[in-house]
Amino acid sequence: MKKRGIGIAVGTHPAGLKGGGDPSQAQIRLKPDGTFDLLNGAVDIGQGCKTILRQLAADELDVPLENITHQNIDTDTGPMCTGTFASRVTFMDGNAVLAAAADLKKKIRDWAAEYFECSPADVEVANNKVFVKGVPEKSLSMAEVGAMVNWGGKFLVGTGAYTPGPGQQFDPETGKMTAIASLAFGCCVAEVEVDTETGVVDVLKLVQVFEVGKAMNRLLCKGQNNGGAMMGIGFGLTENVCPYYPTMDFAVQDLTDYVITTAADMPPVMVEDIVEVPHPNGPRGAKGYSEMTASLAGPAILNAIHNAIGVWITDYPATPERILKALEAAHA
Amino acid sequence: MKYVLSFNLNGLPVDTLVKATDTLLDVLREKLNVVSPKRGCDNGDCGACTVLVNGEPVRACLTIGLTVAGKNVQTVEGLQQDGKLHPLQRAFHEHYAAQCGFCTPGMLIAAKALLDKNPKPTREQIVEGISGNLCRCGTYVEVVEAIQAVAAGKYKE
Ligand code: FES
Ligand code: FES
Repeated sequence: MKKRGIGIAVGTHPAGLKGGGDPSQAQIRLKPDGTFDLLNGAVDIGQGCKTILRQLAADELDVPLENITHQNIDTDTGPMCTGTFASRVTFMDGNAVLAAAADLKKKIRDWAAEYFECSPADVEVANNKVFVKGVPEKSLSMAEVGAMVNWGGKFLVGTGAYTPGPGQQFDPETGKMTAIASLAFGCCVAEVEVDTETGVVDVLKLVQVFEVGKAMNRLLCKGQNNGGAMMGIGFGLTENVCPYYPTMDFAVQDLTDYVITTAADMPPVMVEDIVEVPHPNGPRGAKGYSEMTASLAGPAILNAIHNAIGVWITDYPATPERILKALEAAHA
Repeated sequence: MKYVLSFNLNGLPVDTLVKATDTLLDVLREKLNVVSPKRGCDNGDCGACTVLVNGEPVRACLTIGLTVAGKNVQTVEGLQQDGKLHPLQRAFHEHYAAQCGFCTPGMLIAAKALLDKNPKPTREQIVEGISGNLCRCGTYVEVVEAIQAVAAGKYKE
């Protein structure tokens, strides 16, 4: 018999290391053609930080996105960064990039104040130009500034760093500490159909919504939400390294045994959305949240299975074998 | 013992020396430095090594190199024309259909094989067409959207 059920899972996810002490650094330099090199240590593993960090730098410097090249080719010689993990890069590296861009802007302003013979406070860096406020004839394109600075024997480099607070320091009186940099929220609702003869579960519908602070790039959020959903379905239903742990019996050898979702496993209805509540310390209000996109579908599916057939599956994944055993135990 | 293997790669004739046991993936990646086909599993499971042989998608890791003698082999390197990206490449880019990009060459080739035979596939046919290509990043929604956009004529050659 085929039975349907609905399950919900909610979650929260902090950006970066808990307890603070999770620094990132960034460096931006003005090149002779007026474009910029942005260096940081976080690696883009597909989550899109090359795009996000360039967006932030371009926004702060008010220059076109395509004028910023992102380099993270060498974590040895590049700025320090604890790494790409725990949804930390947008938050930590994003803040470091904003600080580096602001620092470079200040250095460009100081250089231009000398050139225009005015006070740095009167110099504006905007719209890919450097100019004296209210004096249209005192204006240079960023390309002109880049050429004059670099060929004139100067090197303008902005540096920035960010950490959400000193690591593991707390008030001995109250025990209070900056335990987490930001907390994002999420919810997943799954509808499943369970075949009580075979134990096979079909996910009919999956809805995921995340509170992200402020989306830096809606398209990247969508990709991560949907990608996380597909990982979560695998986590809930098929993926298992050691099915009979603690014994190593049938431990997986390759991708024939370790079954991840394919396009054919996409639920017929898949919905993703975001909610934006800007975070006061986030770069332009952003929070780190993306790891959570993979965490909620599994529990939502297990709850939906319980709703459908009245038995709890308490180990991931909910394989047909486990479902049939649970049903058998319930009816014994 | 080595044999001379001659075939057409992305429209150009190539000759190379191969062992009888070299797979097409070995030939492409190790001998010819054509690295868009990825060695995801070397076991036929993932589809990251998918290339076209006479227009048919095959897993290069399961194809003995010498069997492509005299045939036409196409990889992602041959998709762009005169420096212009193929419609599928542009659509994948604009739909964020590649995250880490490891599965992407195989996805592109599987999609091309599908559209070459069936330019107006249904959603089900697209899903079936790429269901042999694993994507750990889970980009399936965006990959299907990108292929649909090409099939709908939104990206011209
Ligand atoms: S490398 Fe050929 S299928 Fe995985
Ligand atoms: S984009 Fe990463 S495996 Fe498909």
